[in-house]
Amino acid sequence: MREVAIIGFAQTRSVRREVERDEVELVQQVVAEALAQAGLKRGEAGFTCSGSCDFLTGRPFSFVGALDAIGAWPPVEESHVEMDGAFALYEAWVRLQHGDLDTALVYAFGKSSPGDLRRVLTAQLDPYVVAPLGPDALALAALQTRAVLDAGLATERELAVIAAMARGRALDNPFAQVRGRFDPDTLLEAPYLLEPLRKHDCPPISDGAAAIVLAVGDAARRACARPAWIRGIDHRIEPQSLGARDLTRSVSTTLAAQKAGVGDGPIEVAELHAPFTAQQVVLTRALGLGLTTSINPSGGPLAANPMMVAGLLRLGEAARRIHSGEAQRVLAHATSGPCLQQNLVAVLEAG
Amino acid sequence: MAERVAIVGVGQTHHAARRKDVSIPGLVREAVDRALTDAECTLADIDAVVLGKAPDFFEGVMMPELFLADALGAAGKPILRVHTAGSVGGSTAIVGAHMVAAGIHKRVLVVAFEKQSESDAMWALSPQYPFQPPMAAGAGGYFAPLIRAYMQQSGAPNHIGALVAVKDRQHALLNPYAHLHMEGITVETVLASPMLWEPVRYLETCPSSDGACAMVFTDDAGARKAPRPPAWILGMSTRSEPIIFSGRDQVDPRAGRDCAAAVYASAGISDPRRDLDMAEIYVPFSWFEPMWLENLGFADKGHGWRRTEAGDTRLGGAFPVNASGGVLSTNPIGASGMIRFAEAAQQVRGLAGAHQVDGARRALGHAYGGGSQFFAMYVVGRERP
Repeated sequence: MREVAIIGFAQTRSVRREVERDEVELVQQVVAEALAQAGLKRGEAGFTCSGSCDFLTGRPFSFVGALDAIGAWPPVEESHVEMDGAFALYEAWVRLQHGDLDTALVYAFGKSSPGDLRRVLTAQLDPYVVAPLGPDALALAALQTRAVLDAGLATERELAVIAAMARGRALDNPFAQVRGRFDPDTLLEAPYLLEPLRKHDCPPISDGAAAIVLAVGDAARRACARPAWIRGIDHRIEPQSLGARDLTRSVSTTLAAQKAGVGDGPIEVAELHAPFTAQQVVLTRALGLGLTTSINPSGGPLAANPMMVAGLLRLGEAARRIHSGEAQRVLAHATSGPCLQQNLVAVLEAG
Repeated sequence: MAERVAIVGVGQTHHAARRKDVSIPGLVREAVDRALTDAECTLADIDAVVLGKAPDFFEGVMMPELFLADALGAAGKPILRVHTAGSVGGSTAIVGAHMVAAGIHKRVLVVAFEKQSESDAMWALSPQYPFQPPMAAGAGGYFAPLIRAYMQQSGAPNHIGALVAVKDRQHALLNPYAHLHMEGITVETVLASPMLWEPVRYLETCPSSDGACAMVFTDDAGARKAPRPPAWILGMSTRSEPIIFSGRDQVDPRAGRDCAAAVYASAGISDPRRDLDMAEIYVPFSWFEPMWLENLGFADKGHGWRRTEAGDTRLGGAFPVNASGGVLSTNPIGASGMIRFAEAAQQVRGLAGAHQVDGARRALGHAYGGGSQFFAMYVVGRERP
């Protein structure tokens, strides 16, 4: 395997409703910043891959317009996944293994504000037998949360602590959307949004974009003082049917973590794509993370959750801890689908 | 590339306007099962899956790889979902081939589908973007002006499109999987069919199909164990350019020319007219055959129509194009590009059946999408590179 590192990372501030800028403008900003960090000009990246989803905007081909933002002239070698940008990064990592290209640009964007996200996500379900019943994103997360509570893996108060921690840590993250000091017991006084979920158990609805630049070997060393080397990256999926899965576990996360070599050393920081508090409990267990690992110092998806971007943000935030010298070995996780159906795990290291 | 990539399994559905006998999972599984049967392996032998399709709005299922994971045998495996507009079938194959070439996986299943009977492509292909002129006439409304421009620039006579429409439908009569089997179609019937988007007539457009296509890719070791002759990937490439900017040549787009140059270079082809024996080219409207012949270097600028008129592109001609009947005979949009790639592979494997091109040793698979701006191509050969 060729050594590949994250050498540039930029993100927009996550906001509930971005009215001034369209997707192209959001992408333009983060792509320009990430390329500048990597010492690349527009169009210089060897490969480009993006992640986005038409259902958020309510228009087909939303990725076509975004191509304007990257300066695809002369024509570029480019691809797109209808998934979170973390999976676009995976495709770019595979492409760089080929040996003929040394750099890749990855970007993702998502504006959930034009639609009703809670209901839009119902369209991810089996169109014949499940989607017509209309379970929305919160209903499915509530089922998983109930399973976690019933299994005794967490209490409602422990979930409130997770939420309070996330919002508190987001005070240090200027890009986060929900931040502040909260007392878990005060949070628990709020009524249920959808039992057993309270508002703090759920992520905000966000608009945003992010970009990452990857580089190989010496190209990475030349451009970045402390490249965040991707030592392992893998992703796995489970059947969607909730009846076919134990929602208190995430076997796909555990498998991806094994393949990515998570257990080969201590993890100082883990950025987990857990949009709901109970999912952080499930993922922490699936990854075997202990008390020595700092989880979601950025605040995580409970503080900012732009769809199709939040997974890529985990990779960027984890890499940032390496770039800054705060950590030597970190973990990034991204998810897709209802109740943690598909999971990607990456291990990043300094030096 | 680090590892050579061989295609050892190819499968497609029987394509039709309405496959009411199967759901979406049933449709993709039909193609997957045929590809696995061809490769004499099972889903348990597959390391990773790549799924491609055109916009999710077609079927109204958001990110369908999620609900299809089980039907694709992907549980416990990596699965990626590619979407690069009409070129997606080709791009999906290339993403899967890279996984084998990089040495990450031994055996990768690539799948593409569209179930147009459960969708409304005309609606989904007529998006309204802020600050852009509305395109309320589907793909035909977009491409007809490009065809008119080509006719004007090249001086091609009016009947060339009809020649392609007839030729590809005659080829389709030899392909049991093709959607359209139009016995007795003639240039006269094509020219007498209703005008949809001047100069594109009804019989010069692709149909709306339900269908899927799947292929199994493997490495050198896997190819040695393959029960039937493999097709070897000799080169692959993708190129993209923005849809609108001043001075953009949409008739002969640079992304297509660059993509072709890259795929020929990586396949070691110096003269495509001499070194390739046939091509499966994405021709959704008849006139795109002569247009792409020029863009791909199979004809000089302005002369593509002469090769079509001379009969070069027929089965038995000097350079057969779309021996399968092409997109004009079968169009499950998201799968149409992969069917081009699959048909090219079957030709060099010598397994194309009644539409086999005699002695085909090297073939081009081509797909394009968006406003003639996304391109995916590969060259396959009979001999191991």
